Amino acid sequence: MDFPLILTKRFNIQNNHRLEVALQHGAYSSLKKLFSMKPEEVVEEVKKSNIKGRGGAAFPTGVKWAFIPKDTKKPIYLCVNADESEPGTFTDRYVMEYDPHLLIEGIICSAYAIKSHVAYIYIRGEYVKQYKILNEALNEARQAGYIGKNILGSGFDLEVWIHRGAGAYICGEETGLIESIEGKKGQPRIKPPFPAVEGLFGCPTIVNNVKTIAQVPWIVENGGEAFAKIGTKESTGTNIFGVSGHVNNPGYWELPFGMHILEFLEKYAKGVKGGKLKALIPGGSSTPVLTAKECEDLYLTYESMRDHGTFLGTGGMIVMNEHTDMVKALRTLTRFYSEESCGQCTPCREGTSWLDRLLKRILAGEATTKELDLLIEISDNMEGRTICALAAACAMPVRSFVTKFRADFEKYVKPVSIPVSKVAEKIITHEPVA
Amino acid sequence: MAVKFSEEVLKEYEEIASHYPDRKATLLPALWLAQREFGYISEETMEYIAELVGVPYTRVYEVVEFYTMYQKKKPGKYHLQLCQTLSCYLVGAEEIRNYIEEKLNLKPGEVTPDGLFSFQLVECLGSCHTAPVVQINDDYYENLNVEKFDQIIKELKNKG
Repeated sequence: MDFPLILTKRFNIQNNHRLEVALQHGAYSSLKKLFSMKPEEVVEEVKKSNIKGRGGAAFPTGVKWAFIPKDTKKPIYLCVNADESEPGTFTDRYVMEYDPHLLIEGIICSAYAIKSHVAYIYIRGEYVKQYKILNEALNEARQAGYIGKNILGSGFDLEVWIHRGAGAYICGEETGLIESIEGKKGQPRIKPPFPAVEGLFGCPTIVNNVKTIAQVPWIVENGGEAFAKIGTKESTGTNIFGVSGHVNNPGYWELPFGMHILEFLEKYAKGVKGGKLKALIPGGSSTPVLTAKECEDLYLTYESMRDHGTFLGTGGMIVMNEHTDMVKALRTLTRFYSEESCGQCTPCREGTSWLDRLLKRILAGEATTKELDLLIEISDNMEGRTICALAAACAMPVRSFVTKFRADFEKYVKPVSIPVSKVAEKIITHEPVA
Repeated sequence: MAVKFSEEVLKEYEEIASHYPDRKATLLPALWLAQREFGYISEETMEYIAELVGVPYTRVYEVVEFYTMYQKKKPGKYHLQLCQTLSCYLVGAEEIRNYIEEKLNLKPGEVTPDGLFSFQLVECLGSCHTAPVVQINDDYYENLNVEKFDQIIKELKNKG
């Protein structure tokens, strides 16, 4: 397999977070070409590359950029989504830690393309180490003239600031992120208007994931067509795939899209630990879980995942071996989503905690088979009825866990039904979530 | 008002404020500064921040309530934040939780009587491949098991 490393090429270089070192290894080399291009030409190359948002939603980046109104008189903002909070996902942090200048270079390229002069990096509050490294890198880049006024004599001005989150998963949703930068609770906004038209401070705003932005310099230097040749027709370029859970060698690797998932598990994760493969979550906890059988014919591409009724998501896989109790495993997720629901939409606020309370009761042996169907029913009633995708992000794992691993759930429940009044009484009890 | 940033911190705050076209956007960074300076966010601090940023007290309050990293009461010198989400659960986060609850006699939300440790259950820390993970203050402690964690706690106790 022959492919260029786009995101991780400098990861093994000692002290690469220092500008001096990164420069010796090619950092900021795309800027010369960038400033010889028109912004529209950069957007065109990104469109040709067919790169899709690496944060999980897989929306074509070039298309998103083109949504900015051409005649806008307002300032345009670029927001880098470094909120990385989707369970199972842990690779953006290494881009910031090992190659912050690649991210800054990507920000310069992206901001230039969308004609933005102010960019904010929204980093999750827990990533203190990465925040410090990034801040230092920004200071070095500023002093060397890579950010600030008239960058490298190009006439292009750009300021880049870091905004720290403070522990809220929902701020990874782009309008939640925008609200959070504005100094509010991270409650997502109703769309439209989309951020590209009316986002941060009421101005056109593009929100892109760390890895999406960090791939733009390569596209600028090598062209969109070259990028589109990597991977498959629909899933172009490389991604950093991560794996955690029951594997012998958990970690992350940059690979082109297209590898068979079992080959990936064998070759890189060194096989399933503690028994045979039982289940795999392919791209962060929100993506529907897959059975071992489904993995037999599964590739690390957007299209293969879609064919199996799931998503590539963030590319952060969670592996579960045959001894995993799927009910307990799911409970960690329902608790997660009920904790992280921002609370503004009733189906999500009530639904996520209802699901979690049900799971708790099932685990306590207090439920019947009826409640398993109720899990599905609640999930169906949450999805598509809320402002953002968090409700769906909870409904999808619940539905897939219960449907595909029903035997695990049935071990906990009584087949006989108990009076409905009794069930209702228990369900409405507001027990603590944790 | 007793709670107030020093001149130096105020300068730092004003520098941060220059990053934004709207002062209201400085609420989160202002709260981070306050937590760094005062150790936690008291009601008095929220009143001060509301005045400094120029937003109603209720806005500050709801933001502090919404984001889990703002501490509303004084945490221990070492604030243990145990990740309990799926990847950590799969490889033994519960054992670490049991250790904290039994050996340190510390339930989530509590502080040890000597003020050394406090305990908070948190959701995914984004370090799933090095699970189980505990964040102690700013630092991640990864690939834990009970023995390793016991060692870390002993060292922190010795440091005092």
